[in-house]
Amino acid sequence: MPGNRLAGREGAGGRAQDDEVVRFDDATLSFGRHRLWDGLTFSLKKGEFLAVLGPNGSGKTTLLKVLLGLQPLSSGTVEIWNRPPGHGNSRIGYVPQQRRFDSQSPVRGRDLVRLGIDGHRAGIPLPRVATRSRVEAAIRSVGAEAYANAPLGKLSGGEQQRLRIAQALACDPAILLCDEPLLSLDIASQDTVASLIDTRRKEAETVVVFVTHEINPILPYVDKVVYLVDGQWAVGTPEQVFTSERMSELYGMPVTVANLGNRIEVVTSHGGALRDLMDEEKCRLLVDMEGDEHRGPV
Amino acid sequence: MNIVGLFNNLQLPFAQHALVACTIVAITCGLISPFVIMRGMSFAVHGMSELAFTGAAAGLLVGGNALAGALCGAMVVALLIGALGDRESDRDSSIGVILAGGLGLGVLLLSFYHGFATAATNILFGDIFGVSNNQLILLLVIGILVIIAIMAMYRPLFFASVDTEVAAARGVPERILSIAFLLVLAFTVTEAAQVVGTLLVLSLAIAPAAAARRLSSSPLWIACLSILIALVAADGGLMASLQFSRIKPTVFVTGISFLFYIFARIVGPAISSRQNRALQLEEVMG
Repeated sequence: MPGNRLAGREGAGGRAQDDEVVRFDDATLSFGRHRLWDGLTFSLKKGEFLAVLGPNGSGKTTLLKVLLGLQPLSSGTVEIWNRPPGHGNSRIGYVPQQRRFDSQSPVRGRDLVRLGIDGHRAGIPLPRVATRSRVEAAIRSVGAEAYANAPLGKLSGGEQQRLRIAQALACDPAILLCDEPLLSLDIASQDTVASLIDTRRKEAETVVVFVTHEINPILPYVDKVVYLVDGQWAVGTPEQVFTSERMSELYGMPVTVANLGNRIEVVTSHGGALRDLMDEEKCRLLVDMEGDEHRGPV
Repeated sequence: MNIVGLFNNLQLPFAQHALVACTIVAITCGLISPFVIMRGMSFAVHGMSELAFTGAAAGLLVGGNALAGALCGAMVVALLIGALGDRESDRDSSIGVILAGGLGLGVLLLSFYHGFATAATNILFGDIFGVSNNQLILLLVIGILVIIAIMAMYRPLFFASVDTEVAAARGVPERILSIAFLLVLAFTVTEAAQVVGTLLVLSLAIAPAAAARRLSSSPLWIACLSILIALVAADGGLMASLQFSRIKPTVFVTGISFLFYIFARIVGPAISSRQNRALQLEEVMG
């Protein structure tokens, strides 16, 4: 497909489906001269798992801010349930990019979870039976019972992340927005966190928008990919987006994609070039046309 | 120096006034103190109280009303911090600059005021026994308004302080809250300055929660302990000063709150290591 619309303009102009939850239509966002994305168009149905990928600075986090109603578009529209995104939508759960809680932070896990339920309301947080049982249920759903009463700052990154997810689930979200929730977690915690999110999606048909720089840990769950590179974008299933042809178009340079079934590797013929383009930290495989293999620094 | 003597002293109207003033100041300080620490605003509090000194000096010079002047001074700083120091990284430096400039101005103003020495020490170190009837009523009204305001914004302010991003996502208006909190802080600082003086406001506005959060990790308990510590320090300090009338209440108030902090630093690690052990045990037991 020509131009930057690498996948079809699905949803746009067609009839609105009942189970359509999110719709981007010709959405453009620029800051000054810098254009993050241009004419971004896709839609999400109930229970769909979307991975948002792309190099740093390509506007992945900003896409979440747009969905939260915290960042207006430069042009085009975005709609959630056929309405513009509003401030503090109570059916949207948000897991922000991980920032460790300081060890003196005066909150326990259960306090964090409770803030997800009624933290935005005025007044004093008096103990309430109904709220308490919702907090307990959310904590149980992520298996954090053992450490929910400990100060947050004393917990490991994986434990904090589980409680963050419990907080996002406590408001019974129809949409779950996660910003790099696997960052700085060990592999076991990555698996747990990803499958927790997938479980919620299956049980409650929650739409998941999952920003990440690494597709592989969530590859089994992903229905759809939005890949953003420097104003260009591609939308589709992982199989549609991760082809050598499309990735080469996106990056504007020859790129080889190796789809190994349960994992995908993006490979370039120019040594470290793709490492810079994709992510400074995590792009790992750089394979030469001659078959020489270099492992990039992690 | 005995209990009977203390009760006799408390029969005196001026002592009763002072006790009422100390109690209301302690409650407001105990309430705001955890937020001051959570939001990293200790230096902002100090800046406000220093500028309350400048305002008080101006108030004395213009209309002989130090309290109203102090209130204006603190409000001006609150609004300046709100306008200039939006980013945490440059907040401290802008406060430092405002503080130094304003304090210099205060010294200049005081040098025009006759009766310099006592007025200055009273503003800097507190003069709770000198509170007039009208001022007491003003203190009471301000105190009650501050308590109502804090109660009303307690939960969203807490949310925005510990979990800024998610709070913003849930529609908590962080900007409005932070300005509202700065204004509440200005009122509280001015009140506290009447008891302990502008130089020592930190002993009531920070020390209680600094001690409390070493003793518990539950936000509710921290708030309760913080109010309790502030009450014991302010009222206890006042009563001690009634017993030893040569020494200002300020000395006892700051002394008691400092002792609480030392106590919490010593006992706190024992509490948190017990928590850690319980945590490990629960994890082992599954």
